[in-house]
Amino acid sequence: MSELGTASILALRLIATLDAELVEIVARSLAVSLSAVVLAAAVGLPLGAAVAVYRFPGRRALVVLLNALMGLPPVFVGLMLYVLLSRAGPLGFLGLLFTPTAMVIAQAVLITPIIAALSHRVLRDLYEGYREQLCSLGARPWDAVGTLLWDARVSLVTVVMAGFGRASAEVGAVLIVGGNIAHLTRVMTTTIALETSKGNLALALALGLILLLVAVGVNAAAAVIPGFAPGTGVRFGPAAQRLDRPSVGRSRLSDGEGRLSDGEGRLSDGEGR
Amino acid sequence: MTILPLMLDEAVVSAGAHRLLGPLTLSLDAGPRTVILGPNGAGKSLLLRLCHGLIPPSAGRVRWHGADAFRRQAMVFQQPVMLRRSVRANVAYGLGLRAVARAEREPRIAAALAAAGLAPLADRPAPVLSAGEQQRLALARVWALAPEVLFLDEPTANLDPGATGAVERIVDALHAGGCKIIMTTHDMNQARRLADEVIFLHGGVVVERGEAARFFDRPQTETATAFLEGRLLW
Repeated sequence: MSELGTASILALRLIATLDAELVEIVARSLAVSLSAVVLAAAVGLPLGAAVAVYRFPGRRALVVLLNALMGLPPVFVGLMLYVLLSRAGPLGFLGLLFTPTAMVIAQAVLITPIIAALSHRVLRDLYEGYREQLCSLGARPWDAVGTLLWDARVSLVTVVMAGFGRASAEVGAVLIVGGNIAHLTRVMTTTIALETSKGNLALALALGLILLLVAVGVNAAAAVIPGFAPGTGVRFGPAAQRLDRPSVGRSRLSDGEGRLSDGEGRLSDGEGR
Repeated sequence: MTILPLMLDEAVVSAGAHRLLGPLTLSLDAGPRTVILGPNGAGKSLLLRLCHGLIPPSAGRVRWHGADAFRRQAMVFQQPVMLRRSVRANVAYGLGLRAVARAEREPRIAAALAAAGLAPLADRPAPVLSAGEQQRLALARVWALAPEVLFLDEPTANLDPGATGAVERIVDALHAGGCKIIMTTHDMNQARRLADEVIFLHGGVVVERGEAARFFDRPQTETATAFLEGRLLW
């Protein structure tokens, strides 16, 4: 039997017997990534919604920046955080380097732009259809942010899951700021990297399998959530009632009374039909 | 103390170099149901949006009588946005935005749903309603706000005759309750049924304005005559 086969059997045995070390590592991984995703969602979702609703100078640049940051290299984030958190660094006094907290921060930094950029895309489209109606009902921009987040909740769950997937699969950043210390900062991905290089394929494979299961589970959950089921998706398309026109200038209402208004002055023309 | 009359003072809406609407100087008074007629592109929807404050005038002024006018008016769109929540929550939403006291909300929601015939559907998700029910919900949503002025932008353009009749009855009831109605329509029969006065727009300016019966029987301008006879091109 090949080495791979032997290792696979060992891996399955580790999983089946709930090996203590394995369980500890999986639990820590989930704790770190879930904490990171909660943090990132708490910042990223409102940020994405705010960028979709508010009009301010530099908004487009911010959108471009968020999209660019989606591809942030994990090792780079790890390196920057390492420099910041290391004893000589500006945040060294916090003593966070090589702790799970540092790993949470690293993953949160990585996925906040992902959650913000993806939620912005979802909410911007929704807001196109909602803007006039919400404005007419008397919503202020802050009200609109809340309304969008709630009404798009199904799509946003998918967005958050994408963030979680990225966080849990990431290795470079947590390796650098966590240090892969046994029983302290060792998570699934860093263990896989270490054990593979040591030639201990069984534990690596077992963790790889679990990591795969987590990824499949997350994506399956995202697919099962009825994003387009009745009650959420049935709506007249905003594109059908919109006709883009050049600017008509800033709204006096957006200046004076703080009401919703599209500073770009996009006119909706109901005359077309 | 009413927010009417609404005065437009040389109001203009333009997009770049194109003047889409105006200059308009007109006064809309409390009372009669005002129906705005005109061919496609005449600026009817634009006029409603301008009056309602959804778009700013590029020049000139839109003046309501008294402060806080915006909170005392409402608008129903051709294709209403259904928030992704229950029928009841859709009606409650507007009340929440206007900071209506919680104790006062429930009776107002119930009255609005009853007026729109939606009480049996109160717990249904709004997006699954039929087009006619959705428009009735849009009306229930504004009913609960008890506006002094209601704008309606072709509210029945997508509806069958039965649903159209239901919408018209709700609009009538609102009007009977003292709400000023300002609406656009392409349905001449509906205009004859609902209008007390007609404002006829063409090319972004008011071509004719007058009492409805007279407008339909004896239009004063060649353009309006052509429009009513269905031979106005643009």
